[in-house]
Amino acid sequence: MSISREEVVHVARLARLALTEEEIALYGEQLGRILGHADRVTSLDTEGVPPTAQAIALANVFRPDVLNEPAPCLSQREALANGPAVEAGHFRVPRILEDGDPSGEEVAEE
Amino acid sequence: MSDLVTTIGLEIHCELATSTKMFCGCAVGFGGEPNTRVCQVCLGHPGTLPVPNEQAVAYAIKIAVALGCGIAPSSIFHRKNYFYPDMPKNYQISQYDIPLGLKGVLEVTTDAGTRAVGITRVHLEEDTGKSLHMGSGGRIHDATYSLEDFNRAGTPLVEIVTEPDMTSPEEGRAFAQELRSILEYLEVSDVRLEEGSMRFDANISVAPPGERGAKVEVKNLNSLKSLHRALAYEEVRQREVLGGGGAIDQSTRHWDERSGVTRPLRTKEHAFDYRYFPEPDLVPIKPSPEWLEAITSGIPELPPARRRRFIADYGLTPYDANVLVASRAAADYFEDAAAAAAGIEPKQVANWLANDLLGRLSERGEDLETTRVTPQALGALVGLVAGGSISGAQGKVVLDEMMVSGRPPAEIVEEKGLKQVSGRSELKAVVAGVLAANSDVVDRIRGGDAKPQGFLVGQIMKATKGQANPAVVQELLKEMLQG
Amino acid sequence: MSPARPLWTSTATELIALLRSGELSATDLTRSLLDRIEEVEGDVRAFITLTPEVALAKAKAVDDARARGEDPGPIAGVPVAVKDIIATRGVRTTAGSKILHNYVPPYSATVADRLEAAGLPMLGKTNLDEFAMGSSTENSAWVPTHNPWDLDRVPGGSSGGSAAAVAAGEAPWSIGTDTGGSIRQPASLSGVVGLKPTYGLVSRSGLIAFASSLDQAGPFARTVADVALLLGVMAGHDPRDATSLPNPVPDYSAGLAGGVKGLRIGVVSQLMGEGVQSGVRTRIEESIALLTKLGAEVGEVSLPTFDLGIDVYYLIAPAEASANLARFDGVRYGLRVDAEDIVKMNSRTRAEGFGAEVKRRIMLGTYALSAGYYDAYYGKAQKVRTLIIRDFARAYENYDVLLSPTSPTTAFGIGEKTQDPLTMYLSDVCTVPTSLAGATAISIPCGVAPEDGLPVGLQLMGKALDEATILRAAYALEQELGPMPHPLLWGEPS
Ligand SMILES: [Mg+2]
Ligand SMILES: [Zn+2]
Repeated sequence: MSISREEVVHVARLARLALTEEEIALYGEQLGRILGHADRVTSLDTEGVPPTAQAIALANVFRPDVLNEPAPCLSQREALANGPAVEAGHFRVPRILEDGDPSGEEVAEE
Repeated sequence: MSDLVTTIGLEIHCELATSTKMFCGCAVGFGGEPNTRVCQVCLGHPGTLPVPNEQAVAYAIKIAVALGCGIAPSSIFHRKNYFYPDMPKNYQISQYDIPLGLKGVLEVTTDAGTRAVGITRVHLEEDTGKSLHMGSGGRIHDATYSLEDFNRAGTPLVEIVTEPDMTSPEEGRAFAQELRSILEYLEVSDVRLEEGSMRFDANISVAPPGERGAKVEVKNLNSLKSLHRALAYEEVRQREVLGGGGAIDQSTRHWDERSGVTRPLRTKEHAFDYRYFPEPDLVPIKPSPEWLEAITSGIPELPPARRRRFIADYGLTPYDANVLVASRAAADYFEDAAAAAAGIEPKQVANWLANDLLGRLSERGEDLETTRVTPQALGALVGLVAGGSISGAQGKVVLDEMMVSGRPPAEIVEEKGLKQVSGRSELKAVVAGVLAANSDVVDRIRGGDAKPQGFLVGQIMKATKGQANPAVVQELLKEMLQG
Repeated sequence: MSPARPLWTSTATELIALLRSGELSATDLTRSLLDRIEEVEGDVRAFITLTPEVALAKAKAVDDARARGEDPGPIAGVPVAVKDIIATRGVRTTAGSKILHNYVPPYSATVADRLEAAGLPMLGKTNLDEFAMGSSTENSAWVPTHNPWDLDRVPGGSSGGSAAAVAAGEAPWSIGTDTGGSIRQPASLSGVVGLKPTYGLVSRSGLIAFASSLDQAGPFARTVADVALLLGVMAGHDPRDATSLPNPVPDYSAGLAGGVKGLRIGVVSQLMGEGVQSGVRTRIEESIALLTKLGAEVGEVSLPTFDLGIDVYYLIAPAEASANLARFDGVRYGLRVDAEDIVKMNSRTRAEGFGAEVKRRIMLGTYALSAGYYDAYYGKAQKVRTLIIRDFARAYENYDVLLSPTSPTTAFGIGEKTQDPLTMYLSDVCTVPTSLAGATAISIPCGVAPEDGLPVGLQLMGKALDEATILRAAYALEQELGPMPHPLLWGEPS
């Protein structure tokens, strides 16, 4: 099996990865092979089998509504220290597209 | 096209009034310097893990129970995946197919009657940070860049989703108002503190009866007022489009508060694929019967029940009951004041509270929590007026003074020498004197002209320095003019 | 011990004795290990970042405490190397990725805090496959790590740096993380002991997430006893991790010498099949014979779903990873590639910051979760995960411990498998079932394969929270096997 170019582009857009045409082709082929190998799993009859999201049986783990529990806050300086672009106590980012949806043209890039 | 039917469903996000955020120990609050209420967890630093705030879970359960929802024996969190620069992890921890609460109902009353609105679900999630759009007067379009503040990121939110059971913008507003009252009664949210602590998304469609209209989602409704305005605008817009032979597309629209219109945001073909999956960093919430009991027993009498009781037990009109019950503070105040004015018709206490005290407070930018007038003092004041010790007009003067000094009304009456003369014999002499001094007027009245009677009352009040009981004066005048 | 034997060849247990008796200071020990690193690091490349100042400051603090007559803790003063996916406050933490090339965490992982509290000087941050995604440490954005047994071969992965550092004598013990085998497989390929704890035993707070429902940090050392000691320091409940188990931590060292008499050991037939290299099989079979000789009741057990483990793992782990790695967007930390709008900035930053394997797994995981595919892939994998857990439970009705090779082969050549991700994935076949079950397993060296002279690892799998039993069995086998050959890098035996 192979994943179509269209699907690869769609997934790359969801994942915000600007892929090259080469990568699109490569991942289409590789994802197809990996998922093909997983046929043994995907074709298995699992009627009535509950899913396991977690292998532990804990429940009701909470923290108390207490300031700085279980960890203290950072100062503004510490919070911004790793910021690639910082302005007036904020993280600065480029223009936000109004609908927040990745533009179609972005994925394939040189 | 008047036979078109409007269908409205709401999605409400409400910030919970916990001390700390949903998944970390940072303070929850408004304003302040940017990025000062943040830590590695709510900034989404690599390696950090969420740990849920027990109080937030309890508040959400309280809300779900108050809205008549069933509480899931085991509910879980999911990750909702999408990129946005104000969302630190680029996924929101939310709930998906097993929320805390399912299937409730809330009744709302408008001029058109009472309607039961179904509650689809109540769930917990975390808020995002805030983007400040630069170079465009603060608007996202045309901004050249944005600044991110994560102080709000991770604030606990409860999301309440209704069935599409409302049929008019008025019902939409009434629902939101009733919900706000309930949240205030539950003491789980600072619903009155700030615009934005309750935010609405609305689905509205217009179609001929029995048909399904295209659903239009309206976003960015940050107050009751914008909710109502946007619904009213959108209802008219859709009716006009349909009336003109056009069709409505299933779409998302943005409410522009300044220009008072909705604008298209995106059509559903661009819909996000959120790739929900169970949040592996968190474990299920399985409320024990004891915990549920403790949470439920903390739920006070809620507005619908209280409204019924105010009408039945205090004899209030539905209108007065509605006004007082809408705010827990006002309703509590009323009950305390009515108790202090024992033997007085509660209706009078309600009038003094709703018309006189609340009006004065809002003029002065105060409220029932900050005022110096205690419910007991207001009850005593109403007692003085109702018992005839002072007149209503004097009572208002006393109330003004109480608001400033906080002193008991009796003390103010005493100091100002205010009293009401109600004794018949005492007043009879005054009335007789006034009638004698104005025999021409008396003759005109006896001749059938009722108009100058007001003049005589004025003269009597003047003669008693305003202390005459107006009811007794009226009574004496009637008797003596006939005699 | 012979005075000619260099300090760096000593085990942690031996060093602790020297430190506690006052024969050796933590500072001298730390200096000597820094010298050893200086000597071999050019060949091995086990570290991304060395932290001599941090290590020497901690060593001095331990020495000063001892000088004041205070007890700095039972294992204080023995230096440790830490995988660079564990956040260390003030010390650059890259996760082996260009996207975190300049990231200095404002906080420390709970594991790092515990090492610090135990008085262990941190020598540096070790190399790994980017975001722990890989089985060879070739996916590091920096350099590949070389296997001390044969510098042309990989040390295994993803914790290859931590395994190689211990094998090369650069550190007596180290910390790695294991999601699908990332401690056990490099332990096997590098000839050291490595343990993957039960999910929830060691706090994940500060462990940069790959697959949240699978990740666990654990110890590497040259002996089972040292691994038991280090595990004791790492384990225990942490309020910063909602999946951290509340159970009290037993003394893992106390029961080590209990022996295997009567212990029921099941050899997993699915993991002894065709794909296993002959020399690996030879050594495993010899060890099985030794365990039988020691009184263990060894039988063969069939766990049919184990064959599906790899496929389940490579659906679940990338799905979780696709969300975990979404936060690397160029906004708050790490690399940013500037662009005119946010979508382009995010997409270019991620395209440039992530390596090929990470992008492949993000793509795979995003696909497995996307609309229309969730039920067929991610949802299905979760159900088969249930079947694997049930297979384990059935096996544990008759056995106390399960046994298999840790890796079907000995260390492979650098570059040998990089072109074919699927072949690389298959090298995790023996380790992923335990990860999916959230249980514990240990890998110990059991000799070298006759055909290539490279170490073979034996895996003992235990029930959840039964670390004590696999440690006891591993210890018994280790004692019976006797001294192991040393890597080439150790030089001629003295
Ligand atoms: Mg929501
Ligand atoms: Zn925080």
